[in-house]
Amino acid sequence: MLEIKDLVTGYGDLKVLDGVSLTVEEGETVALVGSNGAGKTTLLQAISGLLPVWSGDITFRGQSLPKLQPHQLPALGIAHIPQGRGILARLSVYDNLMLGGYIAAAKAKRSARMEEMFALFPRLKERREQLAGTLSGGEQQMLAIARALMMYPSFMILDEPSLGLSPLMVETVFKIIADVSQMGVSILIIEQNLVEALHVADRGYVLETGRVVLSGTSAELMGNDKVREAYLGI
Amino acid sequence: MDIFLQTTINGLMIGGVYALVAVGLTLIFGVMGIVNFAQGEFVMLGMYASWMLATYLKVGPYPGLLPVGLIMLAVGYIVFRTLIARVVGKPDEVAILLTLGLSIFLQNVILVIYGADYLTVQTTIKDAALNFAGLSLPLARVVAFVVALIFVGLLSYMLAKTDLGRAMRACAENRNIATLLGINPKFIFTLAFAIGIVMAGLAGVLLTPMFYVYPGIGTLFNLTAFVVVVLGGMGSVPGALLGGLIIGILESLTGTYVALDLAPIGTWLVFLLVLFLRPSGLFGRRVN
Repeated sequence: MLEIKDLVTGYGDLKVLDGVSLTVEEGETVALVGSNGAGKTTLLQAISGLLPVWSGDITFRGQSLPKLQPHQLPALGIAHIPQGRGILARLSVYDNLMLGGYIAAAKAKRSARMEEMFALFPRLKERREQLAGTLSGGEQQMLAIARALMMYPSFMILDEPSLGLSPLMVETVFKIIADVSQMGVSILIIEQNLVEALHVADRGYVLETGRVVLSGTSAELMGNDKVREAYLGI
Repeated sequence: MDIFLQTTINGLMIGGVYALVAVGLTLIFGVMGIVNFAQGEFVMLGMYASWMLATYLKVGPYPGLLPVGLIMLAVGYIVFRTLIARVVGKPDEVAILLTLGLSIFLQNVILVIYGADYLTVQTTIKDAALNFAGLSLPLARVVAFVVALIFVGLLSYMLAKTDLGRAMRACAENRNIATLLGINPKFIFTLAFAIGIVMAGLAGVLLTPMFYVYPGIGTLFNLTAFVVVVLGGMGSVPGALLGGLIIGILESLTGTYVALDLAPIGTWLVFLLVLFLRPSGLFGRRVN
């Protein structure tokens, strides 16, 4: 579904990713783990076209993404939830969800879809008219996921969904991510919370200073001594 | 008392048109963070367009709203794509220099084409007035007020309830997030700018029966529109409406009770007072 080949990119003159390759198959959930500064978020920005690709290619269902305008990606079925959740704080919960269904393909089925989202996240229904910025961190993450689902995505990118949430809320969010996966949405999830990430993921990649140093099924990675030492401290 | 009431109402009427100019300015600022110092010149262009329609094609001022609106939409589109798009997201002074330069350029282009003469549009509406309860309401002002409020209302509705309005608010808050939702910020900025220019042009049409048309008249509306926008809160449409009405009334009262030439002084005094007491404006968001 998503194929990244020898991707090199960075900010200004600074090279951050040095030849990264990874794939996400249909229906799969893939985790990308790595410490701060490894280049995880940079990779996501390159996928979404927010950062120019220096060399290499990113294809989605055979289509080269760097050749497209960033705003054309949602129409292909790609929903990207950026780090910090990316909700529009000055817009109401309702308006955020409406914009989730902004693309033409989603617009026709928008009100029905919103009812589905409200059934899935009753809290959002209660807070429908509230400004999104007044929601708690966990509610904002739910809104971000619900808004992404409004576009009927086939592929969802999540950047550090657990960031800044209470442990209880982290568990809830990962349960939601598992539900999203159950709906048939392929997922690429970036996390520092390795245990939770590998728990929901089928496979994982470990990124270190701009390179993939390790990859395998979640079970393989969890059993890997280097991973255990570096990320779990055991 | 009658004079007071009459003055207040006169000011209120013209305040509606100020609000229309200011709403365009505040829309452009709110969505793309650009202060358009040429906003008054687009009012001036609207006035000349209206004058030309009336003079050469015998189109009355109000039927002229539609063609002038369409012309201004095209003007706004071209100005955005050729000039403004280059400075969106750049430091403030870049946009200030550009729009200030544009303002001088437009004034002088019109000066070259039409000369410095004061032009007027001959219409019967000019002398017509509604009389009741001892008050005399010039029809041109009443129409200008009502039509201006309708356009302000339409813009508010568009911003609050339509996808285009939501997309504009999304781009205003964070254009990267808007992009991730499938919104094309360039398209939204173009439209927001063009609509802002249309508002200025339509205000020009409404003002033509009341004001002389000359190349420098835009300056007058530039200053007023800035005061209105800062008074109401930068980027706030309800603020621009309320600000416009307040400034219109103040100006009218100072003109009647102090001296006609000093009319702007009342405006500026209140403006300074608001800046002093409530720097973010009446409806502005507080900024840390």
